[in-house]
Amino acid sequence: MANIKRSPWLLHYDGSSCNGCDIEVLACLTPVYDAERLGVMNTGDPMQADILLITGGVNAQNAPVVKQLYDQMPNPKVVVAVGVCACTGGVFKDCYNILGGADTVIPVDVYVPGCAARPQAIIDGIIQAVEIFQKRSDDYKVQEKARKSGKEVQVNG
Amino acid sequence: MSKGLILMLCYIFLAPLIGGLLEGFDRKISARMQRRVGPPLLQPFYDVIKLFNKETITVEIAQTFLILTYFILMVVTGAMFFLGSDILMCFFVLSTAATFLYFAGVITSSPYSSVGAQRELIQMMTYEPAVLLTCVGFYLAAGSFNVADIAQTPISYIAYLPGFFVAFVFILTIKMRKSPFDTSASHHMHQELVKGITTEMASKNLALFQVTEWYENVFLMGVIGLFIINTNPVSIAVAVAVILLTYFLEILIDNSSARMKWQEMLKITWGVTLFTAGVNLIILMIVK
Repeated sequence: MANIKRSPWLLHYDGSSCNGCDIEVLACLTPVYDAERLGVMNTGDPMQADILLITGGVNAQNAPVVKQLYDQMPNPKVVVAVGVCACTGGVFKDCYNILGGADTVIPVDVYVPGCAARPQAIIDGIIQAVEIFQKRSDDYKVQEKARKSGKEVQVNG
Repeated sequence: MSKGLILMLCYIFLAPLIGGLLEGFDRKISARMQRRVGPPLLQPFYDVIKLFNKETITVEIAQTFLILTYFILMVVTGAMFFLGSDILMCFFVLSTAATFLYFAGVITSSPYSSVGAQRELIQMMTYEPAVLLTCVGFYLAAGSFNVADIAQTPISYIAYLPGFFVAFVFILTIKMRKSPFDTSASHHMHQELVKGITTEMASKNLALFQVTEWYENVFLMGVIGLFIINTNPVSIAVAVAVILLTYFLEILIDNSSARMKWQEMLKITWGVTLFTAGVNLIILMIVK
């Protein structure tokens, strides 16, 4: 199996965030935290991304956008919800336009709590996401091989 | 086996390794210039291996064919150069390869990718005079277009062609997609074109594009080496040193400048080409 966890490329999407978490996400790429030492690249392109990073809750207007971004990413892919708003809806949970956390529209793998989430917590979340990414990739390879030979296999997890 | 054939095989098999390592150093040195730790040296290889292992998605199925053609033509360009054949022909094949990249960009009809591809054409128009003049310069100095003949010289050609060398190093910034001339595609995030010409390239196509860039960089570095090399074996070491120095200069320029508009790029590049290579050409024609 190829060791692909060394190269996670991020797609950062700002839902209805207050921008607190977005600034912390960008802080991860600054010289103080430098996420690039883990191979992290912030692409703006869903077709080239491996990890979708969502900040802020999902509202009625951006739900289809989040869904489309997720669908445009090639398999294997991982979703990280950063900040309490992206996890559950946070303080905006009961607003009339808020549907809730990112998991109301797409499957979320890692939840990073905090308001705003600290850069240390975000990098920890990315590292957990990278482990899932590696596992998914291995499973994806097995599935592809099986699909080519015309057999169905059950993959755990 | 002749010397040219060995060099050609070395290019075909080792160029991706050398190109990838050079990019690894590039990213590491860039990071250090920005006071960051930076990715591991082998990061470009990790990226390409990952891209090869991802699901293939393309907007337009023909894109794969076009990028594959771009890749093959680029390998042919470098192979011809290191085999010692016609340098003019090498650059013509290189231009053909770049045209296929343009088609790979516009065929997706994505606005970002299309604008990136248009800018790629403008970049070609910008660097082409300097490239052609370099070939002419080599011909005037050596009396032959053949790389094998050009390399057989008692005195390095940089002594005859300093102006051409400056013009060629100048357009190298465009060819290597470095700031301030990275208008068609950028290695950095969040530019106005997302990823420019590579926006609609994913997984295997993007990986192939990346490997092609490595082949291209090694070929361009080979041309830089041709300016330095002579019959004395010591000149090979000097050529390698000059190549590394040029690459470092490109990284320095990349990290210390902001992107320019294409109009400025065209004006400045043609100005520099006309002034340095043009004056050098006139002097060379009078002296020879």
